[in-house]
Amino acid sequence: MTTTFDVAADWTAASQARPWRAPAGAVPWAWGLGALLAFGLVPALGSDYVFSAVLVPWLVLSLAGVGQNLLTGCAGQLSVGSAAFMCVGAFASYNLLLRVPGLPLPAALALGGAITALFGALVGLPSLRVRGFYLIAATLAAQFFVPWVFVRFGWFSNFDASGVISAPPLRVAGQDLSHPAGRYLLTLTTTAVLTLAAGALVRGPLGRQWQAVRDMETAAAVMGLPVAAAKLSAFAASSFVLGVAGALWAFAYVGTVEPHGFDLARSFQVLFIVILGGLGSIAGPFLGAAFMVLLPIALSNLAGAGPAGWIDAGNLPNAEKIVVGTLIIVFLVREPDGLWKLVQTGARRCRRWPLRP
Amino acid sequence: MDFFFEVLVGGLLAGVMYSMVAIGFVLVHKASGVFNFAQGAMVLFAALTFVSLVERGWPFAAALLATLVAMVGVAVAVGRGVLRPLAARPPIVLFMATLGLSFVLEGLAQWLWGAQVHALDLGIEDTPLDMGGLLVSRFDLVAAGVAAALVAVLSWGFHRTRAGLALRAVADDPLAALAVGIDLERVGRWVWSAAGAVALVAGLLWGARTGVQFSLSLIVLKALPVLIIGGFSSVAGALAGGLLVGASEKLAEVYAGPLLGGGIENWFPYVLALLCLCWRPQGLFGEPRVQRI
Repeated sequence: MTTTFDVAADWTAASQARPWRAPAGAVPWAWGLGALLAFGLVPALGSDYVFSAVLVPWLVLSLAGVGQNLLTGCAGQLSVGSAAFMCVGAFASYNLLLRVPGLPLPAALALGGAITALFGALVGLPSLRVRGFYLIAATLAAQFFVPWVFVRFGWFSNFDASGVISAPPLRVAGQDLSHPAGRYLLTLTTTAVLTLAAGALVRGPLGRQWQAVRDMETAAAVMGLPVAAAKLSAFAASSFVLGVAGALWAFAYVGTVEPHGFDLARSFQVLFIVILGGLGSIAGPFLGAAFMVLLPIALSNLAGAGPAGWIDAGNLPNAEKIVVGTLIIVFLVREPDGLWKLVQTGARRCRRWPLRP
Repeated sequence: MDFFFEVLVGGLLAGVMYSMVAIGFVLVHKASGVFNFAQGAMVLFAALTFVSLVERGWPFAAALLATLVAMVGVAVAVGRGVLRPLAARPPIVLFMATLGLSFVLEGLAQWLWGAQVHALDLGIEDTPLDMGGLLVSRFDLVAAGVAAALVAVLSWGFHRTRAGLALRAVADDPLAALAVGIDLERVGRWVWSAAGAVALVAGLLWGARTGVQFSLSLIVLKALPVLIIGGFSSVAGALAGGLLVGASEKLAEVYAGPLLGGGIENWFPYVLALLCLCWRPQGLFGEPRVQRI
């Protein structure tokens, strides 16, 4: 029973130590500089390849990771259906833009997210009755059911023969954002807004309820916290973010997407981003997603750099799987708080360096 | 009516194949509380190792023995590399670790033996057998026989041997088991080795049916609803759940499929499992858990 005590102690200690404070080490001018760099300098300097193949997928996957983290990292509800939520978001936004004339793109993204949030709350209903592994069944059911529905009923894809949807013209306030830099700016703005909102949510009262449910559900219920509402709101908030990420994936990254583009492998990718980046942190998914986007590029460069044929090109996906799988285990064993914790520890060591190595 | 029974029997026999995978899960979950997502990857690893050795000219028995040794090796490595460092961590963390493990095993198996489809011939001819007017596949009957034998051997092992007693003690209360001198790590190695052997049997039967290829790893997704319906810690439940899922899935595909447009086999078992969960959250054969604060 010692673990129970520790969890309760941690929880109270955390809420006393960090009441409504900006993340440690953050100073206003650093945020301003970062924003200036991301919104001003990068669009002016980056090449089309960097935008389309690195920055946009990184931002979209980071956003998806933030969504998954709200549910899995903060509220402790394990989901392997994030790709299904992304799929619903993509198709909802697509249909809104198609069928509601004059609807601006940001509104379509937000409404698509809202529809996904409703769907997410529906998928979360079994979580009121079951816990842990059994919940995987509910999210997997969604994972298999959603693509089937979108392929089976042509209305969702505007009666395309194979259920493929194409990105609508991306226009915001009269500006055409269809070029790579424009798609980068659209993704960056959306990701920034939603990440800040998610951070505020997690630090607020709702986030505290989620953490209490995560740390010990029975204790939270005994303390009088509304467990059912906390779980459903976690599902809804997470699905909202994932839905918007899915719409961005379809519109800003790949351009055309079929329902089976959002398969179980994508769900696992998003889950791994969260585990590697850091469960329960808002910044972690950005590091995890950067790792996931850069790893294939790094591995193929590595294969090219060594003596010819030492890693067969056909074995690169296998090498990627082995590396990712091993790192998952290593991180769970050594550093459950992920890359984000490593970065924080490193930064603290750097600040103290001359005094304490 | 004959057609109905033919679909039913076909479904039941397909369900036996799901149970074979589910039993491997139950073994590990029963003894260590770990939900082992890597069971499907172990099936792939075992079948691919076996078939590659046979293709390199090894005799059947030697290949079988070598694969068993490899699976024991995997069990020892998992015990050292995953289970020991993660002891006393929440079950959800262990589940995520087995997700990572399944990626490692899949990547390793395909790196070592290649990703092409291998044909596997076990010498059982797949001819329909006429049983009182019903046509039944001979291969499916053999598979059902193997599954029944497996369940019999496992329940005998669980209930009649000292190792089984130790295993049940660990499943019941790991701390108390430790206190009376049971070596938790050794029990873990046994159980994972047994799960590896079950994976080999399942891999051979599935491989003979569908060819040994990557999709073997995905039958883990078929076994999950079976487990949820049968309960995570009951071998008999895994068998019953498999039969239920197999039969209802085939019947639904044949009778409800045309109304809904086909292809419902993928998600139907999960909906069935969800309905079961709403009624009995611990599965049909599982025991309800009591939580203390």
